[in-house]
Amino acid sequence: MSTGHDTAAASPVKGGAAPGRPSGGGPTEQELKRRKRLSRRWQRDVRWSPYAFVSPFFLLFLAFGLFPLLYTGWASLHQVELTAPTDMNWVGMRNYTRIFDDEFFWNAAENTLTIGIISTVPQLLMAMGIAHILNYKLRASTFYRVAMLAPYATSIAAASLVFVLLFGRDYGMINWALGAVGIDNIDWQNDKWASQLAVSTIVIWRWTGYNALIYLAAMQAIPQDLYESAALDGASRWKQFFHVTLPSLRPTILFTVVVSTIGASQLFGEPLLFDANKGASGGSQHQFQTLGLYLYEQGWVNQHLGRASAIAWTMFLILIVIGIVNYVISRRLRASS
Amino acid sequence: MTTTLTKQPETASKRSRRPKAARAGGTLHAGPIAYAVLALFTIVSLFPLVWTAIAASRDNQRLAETPPPFWFGSNLFDNLDLAWNDANLGEAFINTTFVAGVSALTIVFLSTIAGFAFAKLRFKGRNAMMLIVIGTMMVPPQLSVIPLYMMVAKLDWSDQLQAVILPSLVSAFGVFFMRQYLLQALPDEIIEAARVDGASSWRVIWHVVFPAARPAMAVLGMLMFVQTWNDFLWPFLVLTQNGNPTVQVAVAGLGRGYTPDQSLIMAGALLGTLPLLIVFAIFGKQIVGGIMQGAVKG
Repeated sequence: MSTGHDTAAASPVKGGAAPGRPSGGGPTEQELKRRKRLSRRWQRDVRWSPYAFVSPFFLLFLAFGLFPLLYTGWASLHQVELTAPTDMNWVGMRNYTRIFDDEFFWNAAENTLTIGIISTVPQLLMAMGIAHILNYKLRASTFYRVAMLAPYATSIAAASLVFVLLFGRDYGMINWALGAVGIDNIDWQNDKWASQLAVSTIVIWRWTGYNALIYLAAMQAIPQDLYESAALDGASRWKQFFHVTLPSLRPTILFTVVVSTIGASQLFGEPLLFDANKGASGGSQHQFQTLGLYLYEQGWVNQHLGRASAIAWTMFLILIVIGIVNYVISRRLRASS
Repeated sequence: MTTTLTKQPETASKRSRRPKAARAGGTLHAGPIAYAVLALFTIVSLFPLVWTAIAASRDNQRLAETPPPFWFGSNLFDNLDLAWNDANLGEAFINTTFVAGVSALTIVFLSTIAGFAFAKLRFKGRNAMMLIVIGTMMVPPQLSVIPLYMMVAKLDWSDQLQAVILPSLVSAFGVFFMRQYLLQALPDEIIEAARVDGASSWRVIWHVVFPAARPAMAVLGMLMFVQTWNDFLWPFLVLTQNGNPTVQVAVAGLGRGYTPDQSLIMAGALLGTLPLLIVFAIFGKQIVGGIMQGAVKG
């Protein structure tokens, strides 16, 4: 392909010089120089402009992505106060030992894990089911797709505030509906598991439709003949789903699992707003305080930015471990199929 | 990587699949159940939004009674008015429109030229760089907030909109999205032809790439607008409700009042969501298509 560009680079000089030029007689010396200059400029353009086109992304990423990420690691080795964020005192690993000794760190890590599971697993399973149905020939299919994307258009703040009301202990719609089938009022804010379920519900509500569309797109990319040969073998629709659809979706499933896992590890706005009076503590007993909230509490409530950096860096390392595990699993899957 | 970028074959294959599979499986009657499940899911998706409006049209006292209201009351416009003024929502709207607009336009522009380079130009290190781009998608931006906060403090940028705009411009997704689109939407021959005519790379971008990429640019612009409009953590850290808030900061501030008036909070939530819902109502089909195009990778 590079040769293709070389010829493309050479020809326009000739072609570009031809029109409007008096024919007959060889090119003057001046003209030859001009062509040479043009051709050099041309080669420079072809060679360097790709880098010019991709460089804004990388420069922005360096400035606002990579540099802050690495600097977080550096800051985590210092004492940094919120009130004077530019004064840094070296403390070595002390921030890390402090947070690892803090029961609330482990509490937050545990909550992040459990809320992550409660929110991700049902979300992706439901999304798969919905996508399967959407893949039928349907009337008004666009309407369903847009409707189930409405929660995605709703911000974390708006969604959380509505669900706080719906999950209200005394007057909430959900307890009222449960009461109608004989279940006593549940204290969605103060009970540990109930509150985690409620926070997860907000996440599930916002993201299920989005993931369903991603699965649907992948399902529509499955070659038709796979289904045809399965049907010829007498496979029922159900069997086709398990033996054709699911295996073909493996990469997509892995992708959504990774994205959801990253999202779950960063959960912040939903638990922050779920009990607005308790704010960063994530409930009166820290029962739904996530790592994201804990980071915010350490950094912006207790004003220890250095300690918050240590939390951020720990979360980053956890994500790297998840990434490696994911890579190993996907390689295994590829090897086995 | 598989991509479903052309819509035509997609629908065609969908159409032809159903009858065949149904005939072979002999389970044509799945219809009503499928519709029932979809209807239920649609209701669950839309109900909280409708109920936001219902609650916003009541007053605080009515929301502290059982059973909760199921239909609209008469306070909607009073509450919207109050929330608009109480929560600084007017300024927040202007701010957020500006932030989301600037950031979406910039991302679309930068992603298109970078996506074009990755899709259609050959250069040393291209594949490695593309892997880096994809890799950066896996790093959540939230982990970088502390140094960014320090930068903002140093530059004295708190409560200033550029503090929110600049970090939001990093969009690996945009680059990936435009690359996937241009790979199939822009034939190599057109670029070659423009080259033969003597067009420089910039001219190719303006006269060939941008026209070809327009549909994808529009979708990416909408997706980025939604994302920036709804962005929460970072604006929440550097902007204050009474200073120079975005809509999300202002709405979140409503819920943190000392004696919260729930109907007022709902009115604020409604105001903060409505613009995007209107966008979705108009361009829903295109946004759905865009998400489905951009998402499929493997």
